[in-house]
Amino acid sequence: MGMTLDAPDFHVPTSWEQALAVKAAHPEAVPVAGGTDLMVEVNFDRRRPPALLDLTRVPELAAVDRVDGRVRLGAGVPYARMITELGSELPGLAMAARTVGSPQIRNRGTAGGNLGSASPAGDCHPPLLAAGAEVELASVRGVRRVPVAEFFTGPKRSVLEPDELIAAVHVAPATGPQQFAKIGPRNAMVIAVTAFALALHPEQRRVGTGIGSAAPTPRRATDAEEFLSGELAAAGLWSSRGPLPESLVTEFGNRVRAAASPIDDVRGSADYRRHVLAVLARRTLTWAWDAHRSTEQRTGRTA
Amino acid sequence: MSTTTTPATTPRPAAGDRTSATTGRIGDSPLRPDGTLKVTGEFAYSSDLWHEDMCWGVTLRSPHPHARIVAIDTTAALARPGVFAVLTAADVPGVNRTGLEHADQPALAEDVVRYQGEPVALVAADHPETARRAAAEIVVEYAVLPALTDPRRALDPDTPLLHPSHPTGNLVREVPVRRGGPVPDAPVVVSVEFEVGMQDQAFLGPESGLAVPDGEGGVDLYVATQWLHTDQQQVQRVLGIGPDAARLHLAGVGGAFGGREDLSMHVHACLLALRTGKPVKMSYSREESFFGHVHRHPAHLRYEFGADDDGTLRYGKAELTFDGGAYASSTGAVVGNGGTLGLGPYRFPVVELVARGVYTNNPPCGAMRGFGCVQAAFAHEYLMDALAERVGADPVELRARNGMREGDPNITGQTIDSAAPVAELIRRVRDMPLPGERGTDLLGLPGGVGNTTHGEGVRRGIGYSVTYKNIGFSEGFDDYSTARVRLSVTAGEPVASVHTAAAEVGQGLVSVQAQIARTELGVSRVVIEPADTAIGSAGSTSASRQTYVTGGAVRAACELVRARVLERAAGTLGVPAASLRLDGDKVVAAGGEVLAGLADVLGDSPVEETTEWRHRPTVEPDPETGQGDAHVQYAFSAHRAVVDVDVELGLVKVIALDTAQDVGKAINPDAVLGQIQGGSVQGMGLALMEEVLVTDGQVRNPSFTDYLIPTVLDTPPMRIEVLENPDPHAPYGVRGVGEPPTISSGPAVAAAIRAAAGKDLRRVPIRPEHIVS
Repeated sequence: MGMTLDAPDFHVPTSWEQALAVKAAHPEAVPVAGGTDLMVEVNFDRRRPPALLDLTRVPELAAVDRVDGRVRLGAGVPYARMITELGSELPGLAMAARTVGSPQIRNRGTAGGNLGSASPAGDCHPPLLAAGAEVELASVRGVRRVPVAEFFTGPKRSVLEPDELIAAVHVAPATGPQQFAKIGPRNAMVIAVTAFALALHPEQRRVGTGIGSAAPTPRRATDAEEFLSGELAAAGLWSSRGPLPESLVTEFGNRVRAAASPIDDVRGSADYRRHVLAVLARRTLTWAWDAHRSTEQRTGRTA
Repeated sequence: MSTTTTPATTPRPAAGDRTSATTGRIGDSPLRPDGTLKVTGEFAYSSDLWHEDMCWGVTLRSPHPHARIVAIDTTAALARPGVFAVLTAADVPGVNRTGLEHADQPALAEDVVRYQGEPVALVAADHPETARRAAAEIVVEYAVLPALTDPRRALDPDTPLLHPSHPTGNLVREVPVRRGGPVPDAPVVVSVEFEVGMQDQAFLGPESGLAVPDGEGGVDLYVATQWLHTDQQQVQRVLGIGPDAARLHLAGVGGAFGGREDLSMHVHACLLALRTGKPVKMSYSREESFFGHVHRHPAHLRYEFGADDDGTLRYGKAELTFDGGAYASSTGAVVGNGGTLGLGPYRFPVVELVARGVYTNNPPCGAMRGFGCVQAAFAHEYLMDALAERVGADPVELRARNGMREGDPNITGQTIDSAAPVAELIRRVRDMPLPGERGTDLLGLPGGVGNTTHGEGVRRGIGYSVTYKNIGFSEGFDDYSTARVRLSVTAGEPVASVHTAAAEVGQGLVSVQAQIARTELGVSRVVIEPADTAIGSAGSTSASRQTYVTGGAVRAACELVRARVLERAAGTLGVPAASLRLDGDKVVAAGGEVLAGLADVLGDSPVEETTEWRHRPTVEPDPETGQGDAHVQYAFSAHRAVVDVDVELGLVKVIALDTAQDVGKAINPDAVLGQIQGGSVQGMGLALMEEVLVTDGQVRNPSFTDYLIPTVLDTPPMRIEVLENPDPHAPYGVRGVGEPPTISSGPAVAAAIRAAAGKDLRRVPIRPEHIVS
């Protein structure tokens, strides 16, 4: 059968060093971990990789470490572990992981796979954007780190070079409340029609955002971030932790909406996506700010 | 092991695996013989079929919704190593036409393709991947034609005819219903134009089967289907082989819901098997499955009701247009239902209605659970709510007041001659306890795990619906089933074996057949033989009819067997047969005194009877007025839906979906509940999310990633009240169960969303963007 079917080569490295060597020697090899994206493509006959690089036996990829005060999340860590192990340090990411597929998918699918697919709808991306994460890319040539906001270059495209693999994601532990919200036409097991993540960074007097499924790539709503951070600072709200003016919340929502450039597709219209982004931005900001205020009430701390 | 599966290693079931559990009579809920296997993943579905030396068939389909085939070049495909055959229409030995009502659909396209996905060529090869690659190497030259994709344009005079030989052009069928003279004036008039999208059956087991040539020009086909005999006739016609040269055997069916009434891979696998002389397996992928079976007809509905100031109905007017797609399938019968049942279970003194089904270049549409009544119900229930609002009446009481009662004529003038508890059903659902206030758990809120609201924008709404459906095949169809029952002795014990061709598709008929045999013959051991065409037709597993019709046939055969056994016992015992009964594997006297063991009476002489059983005849409705006793039985159900809607995001959480349904007699109460739960969710799915999206004749979402069906998180708790008003005309008083809940649940959900959102929503599925726009 192999003679007539040209079955793909299947590489099974058992160490990170081996994996990088294989990728260098076979840049056409497509990495596979959980297979929750790739195998759908293969099964639908939309993609026939000439070679596969199985990363499931590379132990280094499954590690969660702390490096320089940041969480270093191995690319092979599945969604299920983000929920159980990282809920307090990376709450936004854990919330996003909870919305992924079914329990079976959450057990298989990984952070590295989500990034590697680089889908505008990837659920990890908005919270990683909001948290200011960096993606660690490696090859036999060396290691580099790319801010996640610069990682995506187009729909299902990224800065990953043919000989590179995603090693890990570096994310600072949350210093303030984080939120993630995802729209789907049913109550579970949906690909995001639109998603939004928000992180308050009180120590930096900064707000982080991430938009999913509403532009060719996941993206930040930079203007909305700067506007809100500035207004909060100007009104002394970071330290006073007073209530947010309604007008501020509304304007933040409008600016998040303006940051999107969605399309009409089978999952929803562009108008709907813009509309719900504004709603999600307002709601997640309100929830996060309420949490920020109640933190003060509980602890008496000021940031 | 199950009684109806075909084991994966050989198409022949092993005899020792067929004895079902030994308890469970009518009214009990014995464990299903296939239940444990299905839950543990061991059940052999048709996709698990395997045969030594088998090869794999694949189908090349048209990418265009309408095109002329200029040329087909199979040279490259045939040259690929591992390929055994490549077939086109030119290789069809018999009549290249199939179809349930009109044989208008080629097994393989000839000069024209009429929908995206129409089969054009077949490949058999030693491996499915080889076959797929070879299929991709078939060169088909198409001349693309303009596609007719708007059903409202199908009958325009300048629209080209898709089937020039069809006597009524692009009109598949038109059914007018006129009653009670000219439409009068009415002080209150409500009207609506409603649109229903294209739902898919979304069964989990894709089309698959195995064709095994017999070396003498015939073939055995193991296939997941709803009606073996209609498949057999169509297969033989296309293959050009004689009666019974194609023998069909039911393979494990992974759901049907109407989507397996038409042929899919049946003829294709047989064509390849006879050409190659090898067993051929075909198994569709999920994507191909969306092109491999018909869908529920999308419909445009224009309705108008006139009423007195108190809401008493004076007239109903309606125009229903069903998009039949490229081939007729069962469009005619769907239109018949949409016409004769299209105004719902209400009393209308005057009716002026017309239902039409048309040809287009959209995907072919045909049978799906609820069959023409599902679409109509959204419109008539919308108008009952609108009428209630206009006259200031309670929507439940308005329905109760206008609801049919036993003895009333329906809109075709047929007297409802058994229970018609419309008022009771709708009041029962109203009187059920309402769910509590919404909680704070995300999983109970619209948006669910998506964390889109913590209560902001959420409004609650309640909606009601009451509907009815015909049971069994209608309009003069000779609707019968055949059963063979044999009473014999195995290992000293009496055993009843029951053989029919009825398709178990998941509904539980295998349990019901055994329960009937146990009840009628007083035996504990019952064997249900595999369904195949070695016995006469059982009719289709459709129209909620199998417990009624095949159940009736099994009972009739049991009665014949029992009479002979009791005659034999009476002769031996010297008492009148009329004084004897069968019970507990014994022959007993009227008072229960044991007179003889049944095994002793049977000895070495089994008793076997085969019989055909028919329900009451029906008639085709008058072609001008639609009047006539078109249907054999009516089944009624009501739903109350409670929903929470996030009106800012358009997301919906159904909080409760409560129902009451009259089932006549619950032969298997657990199975009845299962049917009502499943049917309710399927109807809810149409209201909320289930739609095959078609643009310019192209299907845009042929996957379970984008064709969404409700998950468990979308499925609310259901209170179910089962009424048992026996139908005196039906065996045991049964009334079909499977379809009614699919009809009444959707309109209740749609009404609840309208109430919650305060929006006049006139289309289903209701997408989030409709709610927020």
